[in-house]
Amino acid sequence: MEEKKNLSQKEISRRSFLKGAGIASVGAVIATTASVDIKADTKNDSDVIGKNGISCEFDVNGKKYAQKVPPRTTLAELLREDLNLTGTKVVCDRGACGACTVIVDGKSVCSCMTLAIDSAGKKIETIEGLANGDELHPLQEAFVNHDALQCGFCTPGMVMSCKNLLDHNAQPTLPEVRKAVSGNLCRCGTYPHVFKAVMDVSGKKGE
Amino acid sequence: MNKKWVGTNVPRKEGIEKVTGKSKYIDDLTFPDMIYGITVRSDVPRGTIRKIHFADNINWDEFTIVTIEDIPGENVVTLIESDQPFLADKEIRHQQEPILLLAHPDKSLLEEARRSIRIEVDELPAIFNIEESLNKKQIIYSDDNIIKEYLITKGNTDDVWDSAYKIVSEEYHTGAQEQLYIENNGMIAIANDEEVTVWGSMQCPYYIHKALMPLFDLPAEKIRIIQTATGGGFGGKEEYPSIIAGHAALLARKAQKPVKLMYDRAEDMVATTKRHPSHTRQKIAVDENGKLLAIDIDFVLDGGAYTTLSAVVLSRGAIHAAGPYACENIRIRARAVATNTPPQGAFRGFGAPQSIFAFERHLDLVAKQLNMCPVEFRKQNFLQQGSLNATGQKIEEEVRLDKVLDLALEKSQYFAKKKQFAVHNSQKNVKTYKGVGLASFYHGAGFTGSGEVYLASIVGARLTADGKVKVLAASTEIGQGTNTIFSQIAADALGIDYDMVEIETPDTSKVPNSGPTVASRTCMIVGKLVESAVCGIRDTLLKSNLLTSEYTSQQFITASKKYLEDFGELKIFVKYKPPAGIHWDEKNYRGSAYSAYAWAVYVAEVSVDKYTYEMQVDDFVAVQEVGEVVHPILAQGQIEGGVAQGIGYALYEDVVWRNGQMANNQMTNYIIPTSLDAPDIRVFFSEPFQPGGVRKGIGELPMDGTAPAVISAVENATGKHVCHVPLRPEDLMMLYRKET
Repeated sequence: MEEKKNLSQKEISRRSFLKGAGIASVGAVIATTASVDIKADTKNDSDVIGKNGISCEFDVNGKKYAQKVPPRTTLAELLREDLNLTGTKVVCDRGACGACTVIVDGKSVCSCMTLAIDSAGKKIETIEGLANGDELHPLQEAFVNHDALQCGFCTPGMVMSCKNLLDHNAQPTLPEVRKAVSGNLCRCGTYPHVFKAVMDVSGKKGE
Repeated sequence: MNKKWVGTNVPRKEGIEKVTGKSKYIDDLTFPDMIYGITVRSDVPRGTIRKIHFADNINWDEFTIVTIEDIPGENVVTLIESDQPFLADKEIRHQQEPILLLAHPDKSLLEEARRSIRIEVDELPAIFNIEESLNKKQIIYSDDNIIKEYLITKGNTDDVWDSAYKIVSEEYHTGAQEQLYIENNGMIAIANDEEVTVWGSMQCPYYIHKALMPLFDLPAEKIRIIQTATGGGFGGKEEYPSIIAGHAALLARKAQKPVKLMYDRAEDMVATTKRHPSHTRQKIAVDENGKLLAIDIDFVLDGGAYTTLSAVVLSRGAIHAAGPYACENIRIRARAVATNTPPQGAFRGFGAPQSIFAFERHLDLVAKQLNMCPVEFRKQNFLQQGSLNATGQKIEEEVRLDKVLDLALEKSQYFAKKKQFAVHNSQKNVKTYKGVGLASFYHGAGFTGSGEVYLASIVGARLTADGKVKVLAASTEIGQGTNTIFSQIAADALGIDYDMVEIETPDTSKVPNSGPTVASRTCMIVGKLVESAVCGIRDTLLKSNLLTSEYTSQQFITASKKYLEDFGELKIFVKYKPPAGIHWDEKNYRGSAYSAYAWAVYVAEVSVDKYTYEMQVDDFVAVQEVGEVVHPILAQGQIEGGVAQGIGYALYEDVVWRNGQMANNQMTNYIIPTSLDAPDIRVFFSEPFQPGGVRKGIGELPMDGTAPAVISAVENATGKHVCHVPLRPEDLMMLYRKET
């Protein structure tokens, strides 16, 4: 019984740590990013900075959003709940499964473990930004062609990890692909099809 | 029938929506005025509720609070037995028993509120495993803790033991396994006194429908269940969603607002069902040539605190327990026992992976004691056309399991590898031991015995306004490709384009009950009904003289539109009819348990680190006969996925139990195979045994044979006889320590 409580307390404290860290990092954000303005909201409460939200500007898929966010808001929450971009999925909420992967300033991150305010002013790419209207991104097309998805729930994160790989390494080897998606858990076991899809896009068929 | 679509790799119906992030899963939906729910659970494994305390740090007036007093109908989750309540009344039987429900517009306030409720309980001593249950350390279910018991007998095993050349006995254990579908469970409900509507992630809309009628004391037409895009199930969303749907609807009815009830990953893992842990005792008698003379199996599953599906999981496990082998004398005693853990439930394979693991491992042991090659030993005992299996079912089709075996041996280079690895392992300076192992097995598709007759599934088809055909079925798309294969089957039956077939959303107000999406039955059983239903549409158009026997897709559309213009609508429903010659004796567990079996031989190749005992599957060959393959890439994906889960079952997936509940309920410490762990899985479909497009189930098959093949390979690499899964490196280390 006691053990169970300790276990859940530990989980809570990990989470609280992240959210606490969010408040602490506000200062750093102001210093580096012009898009965050916390002045208006800090007067009411001397203990909690930005209790009523901090005005930030976000660049998601090339579109600008002015948004007031409480510092504890994760990037995943911002995308899904405030911007209604529900393609990004939250599964473990602990950075263990990769389903929430998005690209921030050219780096793939777990959006459940990233604070929204830390992403303000940065270039955020999500699954919704890949296709150009009805025209699929080559990676999305390859995923469909190779049936690199089954239930589809890990797919947005999986696609974003693959895109990030190809952005930095247009012709990866198979071990590089395996490694790049090793943080994206797929319970349907579509990994072999994902490998084929990425190799196909990179022009290295059948490797 | 000319087949233009079946057998081809058409694009998955919902593929584009899924790769663009447009698919709407339950947590992607928000309703106006919607509030959020949470479940307050027991935190003792067994006891009697004395009082519920609400701490005064919370303004409870802001919350919707549902207790058993708010249940308008019966407080039971209707399934096989009606023993599980939606909310515990007085009695607590496991640690995750739901007791109260809360809802609030601000979901960030829910967790603190949940922690501010204290359930005062008179604790009772609890039992947590099969041994304690069988020993009746406490009686917690009926008068002997037995949820269900079956006895399958063939011939007379007792006549054999005295005269047998060799008798080999051993015990085998398998652990629980979490389904770990990537999408957490969740539901949204709208309800009032007159009607209830629930949207959510699920496999079986009509199971929920059936469970909510008595809960709300409402007739069938007043309960509506709608499946949203579902991020995997693997059995885990077969029965538990009924509880979540009931809870969400109870909150919605009380709040008079839409309620979203989402589980986070930790709650989903700790509170919902898993694969039943098992203990199996094997006793086999053979003659000097390796012929199986008698098989005696005692198979026990840990069912957890309530009956749920344990009786049927046990049944499938028992029927598959003696594998695809011929033997005159068989006795299989199977029991599911109760413990004070959350109820175990459906998971791909449904009892068969447990019993097949024990049997295949034991065959390796028997072969070793006979000094026989395990492959030859199996081969000479394979069921043939005309043989009787364990339940006395005569195998009517021309079984060529030896051909399946030959293909597996060839593709895996089994014998060459075995020789090569023996040389490798004997060298002093190697860092890893290598091994190769094999399992042969079969899996019956569809509901067991008379199950399909009782289900009496119905499928419909109708014309759409633009002259296309829409399939009406409650069978859900959960990633396995239901929508795609139904469209292929319907398009070929009608001779029209794949794109001209649409699939209705599984919504109980729009689709008939085609049965649950389980038991590898969707393609085989429901697919056949889809074929009949759409043929009914075509026949009506023919009879109305709007079509001639030869037509193009365009002519079909024109005829359909004309029909709708003249008659308003065209809907056809068809009902399941059992195939001829299928007889099942439920009382004695004799007869045709399944109308079709898929047959398979799997070969695994592993390496074992000599110093860390880490095990890695390096290559995997999966050969199976599944009848007609409707969509080769989808089918391959099913096999690969099942094999990956089987590798997890064998080597990684360890449910740590503490005081009757899962202690490692996070994706950080419950480990499943990643892209780096999954080997090359080489999938081959053998030529169908029967002509004429007979289809068999494939979803569960790969889960059955993977773990025994992998563990057999570990044994080949290390020489250690392994009797349990999961086999963790530390377990293997202990096996080495035992010897020194």
